[in-house]
Amino acid sequence: MAKIRRNEKREMPALNTSSLPDIIFMLLFFFMSVTSMKEVTYKVQFQSPQATELTKLEKKSLVRYIYVGTPTAEFRKQYGAETRIQLDDAFADKSEIGEYIINERSAMKEQDQGLMTVSIKADKETRMGIIADIKQELRRAYALKISYAATQRTSY
Amino acid sequence: MAKKIPQINASSMADISFLLLIFFLVTTSMDVNQGLARRLPAPIPPDQKVEDTDINKRNLLVVKINSANQLMVQGMEMDVKQLRAKAKEFILNVNDDPSLPKLFEEDFGAPIGVLKYTKEHVISVQNDVDTQYQAYLNVQNELVAAYNELRDECARKYFHKGYNELDEDQQKQIQKIYPQKISEAEPKNYGN
Repeated sequence: MAKIRRNEKREMPALNTSSLPDIIFMLLFFFMSVTSMKEVTYKVQFQSPQATELTKLEKKSLVRYIYVGTPTAEFRKQYGAETRIQLDDAFADKSEIGEYIINERSAMKEQDQGLMTVSIKADKETRMGIIADIKQELRRAYALKISYAATQRTSY
Repeated sequence: MAKKIPQINASSMADISFLLLIFFLVTTSMDVNQGLARRLPAPIPPDQKVEDTDINKRNLLVVKINSANQLMVQGMEMDVKQLRAKAKEFILNVNDDPSLPKLFEEDFGAPIGVLKYTKEHVISVQNDVDTQYQAYLNVQNELVAAYNELRDECARKYFHKGYNELDEDQQKQIQKIYPQKISEAEPKNYGN
């Protein structure tokens, strides 16, 4: 016998959202693996130069960075618009590079010390004088593996 | 009838993971760390006298970049786009040209055999204090590209594979034929 349900209201069935967290987590893991944490807050601004013969820096823990560029707007009043060097979170003089490299290297594991790479992240407009100074300092500190940070050039 | 277990309300889970996602989006940067890998020469000990390394003129390719980012190769002005071909010609010296580096014959082992190569060639890059970083990097890039192309050609000829697909020993074999010899002098002022 067929029943006729008159009294029951026709409600929209609730949408099952139990898989939504999983989807979002997947997105989260994707971004975590693809991106890298910012190493420092930049006090200098720079635009990477372009090149084609690039190699990826393999182990992050073995890489130290030297930033070269003009101070960002908030520091311009204090430091002027001259090209400056940034080590870790602070402006530095080129004479401090050697000490910084040696300190960083001695903090590494002994078997890794020879594999340390220094990545020079400099603005493409930088004059070579300052880069050459940095290179001399790195030579003196025996940090001979360097990498000029650059982005892939798509066309000439 | 079994007792029904009340379902845990998981609707806020999505919000929590969204928060996490946004946090990571904000704190991370997308750019991959890549760059032009180079090796600096070891420092000269202060007590050691700087000796003039005697390099035969034919073994030397001088690339100068001035403060206006103009290029001069072997005393002639040149565009950076032509540098790669010039460098390759210099490194190879196919026709045993007396003005290009001297050829040496050496046995490189299994699939390669005896080959003539320019053992003593040196490419010297000299830049001005005021040279732009991008111009300097362009030159370095072209020179590295010249070596990479030569190595790749060699790998394809003898191993029928690209240079990057070879194993370490094979790569070393090829590196012996085309050793990267890019020397950088201390920067000087070349006027203007």
